[in-house]
Amino acid sequence: MLSLTDVSKGYASSEGGVTVLDGVSLSLAAGETLALTGESGSGKSTLLHLCAGLDAPDTGRIEIAGRPMGRSDAERAALRRSTVGLVFQQFNLIPSLDVAGNLAFQARLAGRHDPRWQADLVATLDLGPLLSRYPEELSGGQQQRVAIGRTLAARPALVLADEPTGNLDEASGDRVMALMLRLVAETGAALLMVTHSPRLAARLDRQVHLRGGRLT
Amino acid sequence: MTGPMFALSALLSHWARHKVQAALLLLGLALATALLTGVQAINAEARASYDRAASALSQDNLPRLVAERITVADYVALRRAGWPVSPVIEGEALIGGQTLRLIGIEPLTLPSGVAPDIGLAGDPTGFLTGEVILSAEALNDPRVRPAELPSGVALTDIGVAAGILGPEISYLLLTGDRPAPPGYALIHPATTDLSQLTESFHLNLAAFGYLAFGVGLFIVHSAIGLAFEQRRGMFRTLRALGLSARALTGLLLAELLVFALVAGAAGVLLGWLIAGALLPDVAATLRGLYGAEVGSGLTLRPVWWLSGLGIAVLGMLASAGQSLWRLGRLPVLAPAQSRAWGRESARAMRAQALAGAGLIGLGAALLAVRGLWAGFGVLAGLLLGGALMLPMLMAALTRAGQRLSRGTVAQWFWADTRQQLPGLSLALMALLLALAANIGVGTMVGSFRTSFTTWIDQRLAADLYVEAADEADATRLLAWLGNRAEALPMIRTTDGGTQIVGMVDHPLFRRAWPLLRALPDPWARLDAGDVFINEQLALRRGLAPGDRVEQGVIAGIYPDYGNPMPQVILSWDRHRALYPLPVLRYALITDIRAAEIRAAFPRVVVEDRAAIRKASVAVFERTFAVTAALNVLTLGVAALAMFASLLTLSSLRLPQVAPVWAMGLTRGRLAQLEFLRTLALAALICGLALPLGLALAWVLLAVVNVEAFGWRLPMLLFPGDWLRLGLLSLLAAGLAAALPVRWLARIAPAELLKVFAHER
Amino acid sequence: MNVKAIMLILMACAVSAPASGQGFAGLGSDAGGFEMPGPGPFDFPADHGPHPTFRIEWWYVTANLTAADGTEYGAQWTLFRNALAPHEAGGWASPQIWLAHAALTTATQHLAAEKLARGGIGQAGVTAEPFGAWIDDWELSDHMAARGEGFAFDLALHATGPIVAQGDGGYSVKSAAGQASRYYSQPFYAASGEVELDGKRIPVTGTAWMDREWSSQPLAADQTGWDWFSLSFDDGARLMGFRLRGATDFVSATWIGADGRPEPQPPGALRLTPLRSTTVAGREMPVEWRLELPAKGLDITTRALNDQAWNALSVPYWEGPIRAEGSHPGHGYLEMTGR
Repeated sequence: MLSLTDVSKGYASSEGGVTVLDGVSLSLAAGETLALTGESGSGKSTLLHLCAGLDAPDTGRIEIAGRPMGRSDAERAALRRSTVGLVFQQFNLIPSLDVAGNLAFQARLAGRHDPRWQADLVATLDLGPLLSRYPEELSGGQQQRVAIGRTLAARPALVLADEPTGNLDEASGDRVMALMLRLVAETGAALLMVTHSPRLAARLDRQVHLRGGRLT
Repeated sequence: MTGPMFALSALLSHWARHKVQAALLLLGLALATALLTGVQAINAEARASYDRAASALSQDNLPRLVAERITVADYVALRRAGWPVSPVIEGEALIGGQTLRLIGIEPLTLPSGVAPDIGLAGDPTGFLTGEVILSAEALNDPRVRPAELPSGVALTDIGVAAGILGPEISYLLLTGDRPAPPGYALIHPATTDLSQLTESFHLNLAAFGYLAFGVGLFIVHSAIGLAFEQRRGMFRTLRALGLSARALTGLLLAELLVFALVAGAAGVLLGWLIAGALLPDVAATLRGLYGAEVGSGLTLRPVWWLSGLGIAVLGMLASAGQSLWRLGRLPVLAPAQSRAWGRESARAMRAQALAGAGLIGLGAALLAVRGLWAGFGVLAGLLLGGALMLPMLMAALTRAGQRLSRGTVAQWFWADTRQQLPGLSLALMALLLALAANIGVGTMVGSFRTSFTTWIDQRLAADLYVEAADEADATRLLAWLGNRAEALPMIRTTDGGTQIVGMVDHPLFRRAWPLLRALPDPWARLDAGDVFINEQLALRRGLAPGDRVEQGVIAGIYPDYGNPMPQVILSWDRHRALYPLPVLRYALITDIRAAEIRAAFPRVVVEDRAAIRKASVAVFERTFAVTAALNVLTLGVAALAMFASLLTLSSLRLPQVAPVWAMGLTRGRLAQLEFLRTLALAALICGLALPLGLALAWVLLAVVNVEAFGWRLPMLLFPGDWLRLGLLSLLAAGLAAALPVRWLARIAPAELLKVFAHER
Repeated sequence: MNVKAIMLILMACAVSAPASGQGFAGLGSDAGGFEMPGPGPFDFPADHGPHPTFRIEWWYVTANLTAADGTEYGAQWTLFRNALAPHEAGGWASPQIWLAHAALTTATQHLAAEKLARGGIGQAGVTAEPFGAWIDDWELSDHMAARGEGFAFDLALHATGPIVAQGDGGYSVKSAAGQASRYYSQPFYAASGEVELDGKRIPVTGTAWMDREWSSQPLAADQTGWDWFSLSFDDGARLMGFRLRGATDFVSATWIGADGRPEPQPPGALRLTPLRSTTVAGREMPVEWRLELPAKGLDITTRALNDQAWNALSVPYWEGPIRAEGSHPGHGYLEMTGR
């Protein structure tokens, strides 16, 4: 489903170049869940962004669902629309749309809007009372539940999550995490999740650790 | 560095990092100040000219004796019979290459206090022996002495004037309250002075100045609001470090004051340039419309600096008031990142819309009140009310747009547009005001132009119009013309502020003076002793056919565009009996060419229909040239306000667009949508500005024009102009959006990713 | 237009005026291009008319009048000619400027008026034969008429004696330095007619005195003004005397017998002594005088009919009727300038 071969990425900074990823190779099978852990600044978010096509690697090769990642903005955006679902730590939602609008947004973009599936998601995630609310009117846990629903509504083959519960207290975080894992399993999607919490990482099929730009 | 200084430098460092923002703030305030001071300067200059004219030529206010012909012997005969009269020879003269109004006075008999202080007290010998005294246009002639005179006027001894203009006396100034001696008509000077006559014109200009100022303040307000919002974190830190709220407010006030003074100074200079550029047109207009001479020189007076800087400071405070007020009430530990900047709750928006509706209602109520100020009150209520209602209307429109659109992106587009409204609303209001003013004024001017040209084509029915220098010339001309032309005499006097026209009953004049309203068989009534009056007089005094004026019963009312004075038409014979003046002007029905007459009679002024029409239309066009220029400037300022707001918003938009980008819309597509959004907003504003502008035009035509000029015009619509204006505003909006959109299209993904990252 | 300014200029003849010491109303400025008076016989009637080549000239009539009820009046009719240049021209180009004063005095009132006109157009002027002087509707010929705010007079004048040449056969020296004028008088007018005061017309009779004088520089630079007397005594004799005030006073007098024969008195023969002063228009003016001319046994005191006979005109001066008591009772006029 996802394969990275010898991927490197660096940024220019005031003190010269900074290498964030240094020859990372990684693969993830369909339906598999993988936790990516590491210290702050170890490059795990960068790795996730590269997988989502939000940014392009300096060298190396990324393939999603057997297709190599395109070089152009438009190709990568098309990939995100059709195949990838993203859940971030914060600012996942479109502030100008209400919950219902947010839930449907990506599915519609992907042309896979399924009202019944969406209704199932709303029920599972307990979003019924919130449908006509706007993101700024939701608590952090509610926002993340909407974000998960919005991501899975489009039935992506690959879900990429970056500290999805990082802004939540432990109880809410556990609840959100449980819902996400359940739904990912239900849709058969593969999941790559960035987290710094070993406890959360342990709940996934596989764990890899990133240190100094290399997987260990 | 002391504590407060340190804090101030911290506050000011913001501007170093946000140079465009600082530039916009300064530019907005400078432009607002410039337009207002410029207009005020023009008005002040014109008024100063009137005052000069009033003090210099108060002879214009003395009753005068006129007759068909006044010789020196006639004058002496009157003096020797004990009449306190003083002769004046007045006319146009070409002196030193320029045409001047030459006024020859007789200083020994001139009533005291009439002539300007031209330094005669020192030594009048020069004056009596041929010196010419002029306004500032000093000629290279030792006999010419410059003095505080109205521009274009030369004052000289009557002997000099007689040498240039001929010996015939133009009129005799009469002191004391006496009836006219036999053979003379007593003409009372106008009771309205120039400043009254031209007040409407200046009010017009001033209104534009204030409109532009208001629009400029929109820019300032948005720039200040942004700067305050962006520095919330810094304010909080400074407060936490022990700076009191009062000290912080004081520092910010000091900062704003510095900005206000810099922008004000630039504004005054800019205003001076604007005034200098517009003054020739204004002067030409005032001359053409009111016969008021206004010098075209402009000096940068100290009082402008004072008023300009004052305006800038006041405008700055008005724009910053809200932000400062909020800051004063900011708790030390308030969250640094508040709700989205400038976000107004729906309730506030409703309250605003309600206030707007109230203002419009108030304006409508003012319609019942007569008077120019009430008219401008209606305009102000309409404009301000419309602007206040705008956010609510725009919210409704975008909601409808969202509901009507099918696609996901389209729905998001409208929803997101609605979310932008609070931040953009001030800029949108500015655009609305500028567009509405443009449509309103354009419709008014267009309606006026159409009526005016139709009317003047009708009025100029004869082939040629001639004016002889004296009666002998006129007699020779008539003899020369013989039966090659039909010559219709024309005559007009001004008595007691009213023009009195003597009119021969001739089919030509019947055609040329269409009547708006009349009693049955009006021309027969005119012959029998009734009168016609112009629309100005009828409206000013509330007169209708059948009513009476001093000169008789009103048989008809005719349109008289472009004339600021009340006018009464008498039959030719009645006019001759009342005012025995020389007949020098004739309308000719002929196929003789103007050049032929000019060649035979060099002193006769000959104008053909086309030339007069051209001159009249030119006066008309100049009248509104200034209006048009101010219109364009206002629109420019509004575009700038739009640009300022968009630029401001673009940096705050990242959290709003980043998720959409993450979900698979490219930056290019997002930029495209952003651009479309601006155009859509501009288009919506155009749509809303149209009814507002037409309402404005209606008020201008039906209320303000009637009060200011005394004529009512039919309102005509010019959709072609609207289309042009619409395209222009789309272009302006597109230009305003270009820079922020370009920035979005090329933004580094890392910038967008920061939104999601932990470090934000 | 500031009439006062015009006046000053008229009198000043501004062409090359000296820096200081211009005397009263500029009469002491130099003659620049104008003809200077000299001795010699008069050329009548031409000399009744204007002499445009001289800078300044006047026709000056004062009348002492009595109404039927014994009320006394004084009337003044004066026409000045001033030349900006020593020639005459027709029309507006004329450099001759005319100025006239008229006044009517009673024991309690003094009313004065002024007129200005330019020459060349006929608004003001003088003809010699038949004699006539006028400015606007004021006239002097065989009658004198003028009208101002609140007063008017129209008096027929009838000469009962000859014209009298003043000074040396009409050459009147005005200073020790030789400033002089051409000067003759008609002191023997019988006057009758009407004065009008506040709308009331009152028949009057009396005597009148005309002075004619022309010059181009009648005063020396240091002379600031004069006190001038014209007296008609009950016995038919007349006295003209003046004192020009300057660094040293210059006093001149002519005794005119009842038959009209002039006897010019040597300088200083007439003694003038102010007896009483009073405040007029903010100045101290002597309104009672003692006049002594020992050669004629004259010792009289003059008193003003109205102490406040002040002509508050563009050039202000005192001019009013007086009554003489003592050795030679009679009446006349006193003029005091430059105080």
